[in-house]
Amino acid sequence: MADVALRKVVKRYDDVEAVRGIDLDIADHEFIVLVGPSGCGKSTTLRMIAGLEDISDGDIMIGGDVVNDVPPKDRDIAMVFQNYALYPHMTVAENMSFGLRLKHYPKAEIKARVTEAARLLDITDLIDRKPKQLSGGQRQRVAMGRAIVRNPKVFLFDEPLSNLDAKLRVQMRIEIKKVHQKVRTTTVYVTHDQVEAMTLADRVVVMNKGRIEQIGTPNELYHKPATRFVAGFIGSPAMNFIPCRLEDVGGTLQIRLTDRIAFPLPPARATRYNSLPRSEKLLLGIRPEHLTESHAHLGPGVETFDTVLDVTEPMGMETLVYFGLEGTPICGRVDPNAGAKDGAPMRLAMDLNNMHLLNDETGVVL
Amino acid sequence: MADVVVEQGRLARAARPRKKSASLRHVMGRKSTVAFFLTLPLILLIALLVLYPAFYSLYLATLNKAMTKFVGLSNFTFLFKRETFWMVVKQSCIFAVTAVIFKALIGFIVAHFVHNIPGKKQRKWRGMLLVPWVIPPAMSTLAWLWLFDPSYSAFNYTLSFFGVGPIPWLGDAFWARFSVILVNVWYGAPFFLIMYLAALKSVPDQLYEAASIDGANWWQKIWHITLPMMRNIIAITTLFSLIVTFANFDIVRILTSGGPLDQTHLFATWAFQVGIQSSDIPLGACVSLFMVPILAVAAVFILRDVNKRGNEA
Repeated sequence: MADVALRKVVKRYDDVEAVRGIDLDIADHEFIVLVGPSGCGKSTTLRMIAGLEDISDGDIMIGGDVVNDVPPKDRDIAMVFQNYALYPHMTVAENMSFGLRLKHYPKAEIKARVTEAARLLDITDLIDRKPKQLSGGQRQRVAMGRAIVRNPKVFLFDEPLSNLDAKLRVQMRIEIKKVHQKVRTTTVYVTHDQVEAMTLADRVVVMNKGRIEQIGTPNELYHKPATRFVAGFIGSPAMNFIPCRLEDVGGTLQIRLTDRIAFPLPPARATRYNSLPRSEKLLLGIRPEHLTESHAHLGPGVETFDTVLDVTEPMGMETLVYFGLEGTPICGRVDPNAGAKDGAPMRLAMDLNNMHLLNDETGVVL
Repeated sequence: MADVVVEQGRLARAARPRKKSASLRHVMGRKSTVAFFLTLPLILLIALLVLYPAFYSLYLATLNKAMTKFVGLSNFTFLFKRETFWMVVKQSCIFAVTAVIFKALIGFIVAHFVHNIPGKKQRKWRGMLLVPWVIPPAMSTLAWLWLFDPSYSAFNYTLSFFGVGPIPWLGDAFWARFSVILVNVWYGAPFFLIMYLAALKSVPDQLYEAASIDGANWWQKIWHITLPMMRNIIAITTLFSLIVTFANFDIVRILTSGGPLDQTHLFATWAFQVGIQSSDIPLGACVSLFMVPILAVAAVFILRDVNKRGNEA
């Protein structure tokens, strides 16, 4: 096992920069998830760590050694691919042992490692089958088994759950987490699914347009996003962004959303935002879970307003309500028994203690 | 009452043909029936052009030289006793097997090179490399005939600079066999190239990437990934080429006419010589029929392997 470091890593395809000078330190045993939309450079970064793509500039280090020019086979890594990349003409056992056989490991050791990995992944009964005789989830386990038997320094996962159905994806997510708890190998995991990122990672790296937007624990990214991109990307449904401005009314700092809706800021927020110029174009970032139904015992910093709902989506444990504030579509989360109905008026409560204020032009969270 | 009976009888008579036409419509509407009628023209064409000559040659093989008397299998027993026949069997096998091995090998290697040429350039190379296959073999073999000329050919002229030759390309048994195989390989390798190229493109890149990470070098990737993934296409192209090469006529006919001393004859050229040139059509038919069991055995072995792998997958 080893740590991994990326220093100003760049990947260029002709004139296009897919990865634009990223720096990343991954500690030994850490589970890092690279997350971002399609084309953000996350898979390219992973493939550069694997040695499947050349690096245009910068350095990649595994266990302290620069591996820029080291071929994949000598990097002591294992990779799980999106479409599993199992060898279709080999049995499960042969697939798992292929790397060990190439390195001329003793037969007894190969058998022991394959048996142990199969037991760990609960695929002992499938050992003699060919990939075509396996379901998607079983193939995924075999792909993981192939990685585990090699006992590499680093595991690389390239969107491994994308081909599975929703139920199996949740199941495999838990399996991957369990395997990492047992094996503790340094892991770099790429996904575009922020739920996967949040649930699996020790730290999440949010990427956008070839750059790292923010690195942090799942909680940090959720509660303290650094940019509008991170704030909008992490969390489902996404954070609402409402154009607003700050104004002083009778010595109190308040935030104005529309001509008729303005709220005084809670003391902590008022202190934080007091120095901002009042003319600055701002966005109020508020997550749907902080826009709930109004009730009698609202705490400090929670303000109410009336609106007419456009659409409601009953989810069982909650109901998502959609409405507009001067043309900006907003989503809130209310109790299923709160009486939310399509086209009906409703009084909602906004928890300003959990608000974010963003610069509309730079997208930076203030 | 009588009117009603007459009516009922008329009704009953009318219903019967309707039932019949309905079942006919049902049969005609079945997918298998439609498929049969759609392929019927081809079936008739095959019957006319393949089955009729095949059975006719079987019939011919049982006649005497004058084609006036039924002689049973005596043409076959006569052939078995002739030394030339066994030489032709041996030569046909050597010719077909050697040519197919080299065609497959060259096709495989060149397909790899072409596969690694990027984008538009690949299309150009593909087009150029297919040229030998698209030129009518009779025409290209004539060009080869000139190249093999012992006195004035480009080959011997070039070799003379290295102090080699002149080589009797078509006059010596060894070199004549070498030459016909060379021309056949030159003509047939592009077929393998294009088939293998298509097969190579169907192997997912991620398998090679997975193998790279598993520690495979280029040779191990070919041995453990490419070849197993291409086994079926290799088997089928080999069988197809084996049949075509075994039955080759034009190259040998133009280059050597079977000479020197019958030492480059194949089944087809010898059958032509015996049947047409020596006017013994029944014996010629008999010679050509010998290709069937040999190729049938090869086909059974190769296709059985393909079926086995198909079921495994």
